[in-house]
Amino acid sequence: MTEVLRLTIDRRDSLAVIQTEGYINNQGGEEIARAAYDLLDGGCRRLLLDLTGTKIINSIGISILIEIIEKMIEVEGRLAFCALTPTIEKTFHIMGLAQYASIYPDQATAVTELLP
Amino acid sequence: MTERSRLREVKLTLPMAPDMEVVASQAASSLATFIGMSPDRVDEVRLAVVECCINAFEHSQCADRKVDITFGLLGDKEADTLEIRVHDDGVGFTVSEVEEPRIEAKLRGSRKRGWGLKIMQGLMDDVKILSGSHGTTVVMSKSRRGRDGER
Repeated sequence: MTEVLRLTIDRRDSLAVIQTEGYINNQGGEEIARAAYDLLDGGCRRLLLDLTGTKIINSIGISILIEIIEKMIEVEGRLAFCALTPTIEKTFHIMGLAQYASIYPDQATAVTELLP
Repeated sequence: MTERSRLREVKLTLPMAPDMEVVASQAASSLATFIGMSPDRVDEVRLAVVECCINAFEHSQCADRKVDITFGLLGDKEADTLEIRVHDDGVGFTVSEVEEPRIEAKLRGSRKRGWGLKIMQGLMDDVKILSGSHGTTVVMSKSRRGRDGER
């Protein structure tokens, strides 16, 4: 029953793409945060979260994403999202996340925009 | 909302255990699909149920560590609205004291959480909270189509 979150990380120059698959709850959010902070420690300043494989996320998971956004702001980096379900995108708008992180329809569009 | 006929009812009691909110959301999803909601609206119901259960699990402090969920299919001749009641026997809270979360404050502050109610209100057509010393009941509903015929 429990969907374990799986992550795939793809580093492309100054941009890293973290692709998720599964439920983003507290454990899932923490896993994303660990991966994001490792990338930040490695000098990465542009992160793209590709949620193609995530159909459900809860507010605890999203609050951990807010921590990542805060960290990115501190280091003058940029966090973006792509391939959100309409409900996840609507939820990000309800919460105001879209003011602090760009949302792209798909990975190809996001990478074109985010790579210098 | 005007009083509608309750055509069917499904009851579920879940322990407050990890990922039980997903079980509740799957039941909600099946019933929302059954009454003909579009997949996007079904997903919105699903997430609202997840948030409602998580709130009960985290804040109710109820001794029996369970939630009672009643799904009601409302309509005239056929069901066109899903009503979901989530009840816990916890300590209750004062609804007017719940502070509305704001992203600017959350980004600056140490507490990033506290979004559940705002998300439920944003995703469902109607959300009511009845809370007191004998527990909390959240009643939320969503029609098959939105007011403007949104699918």
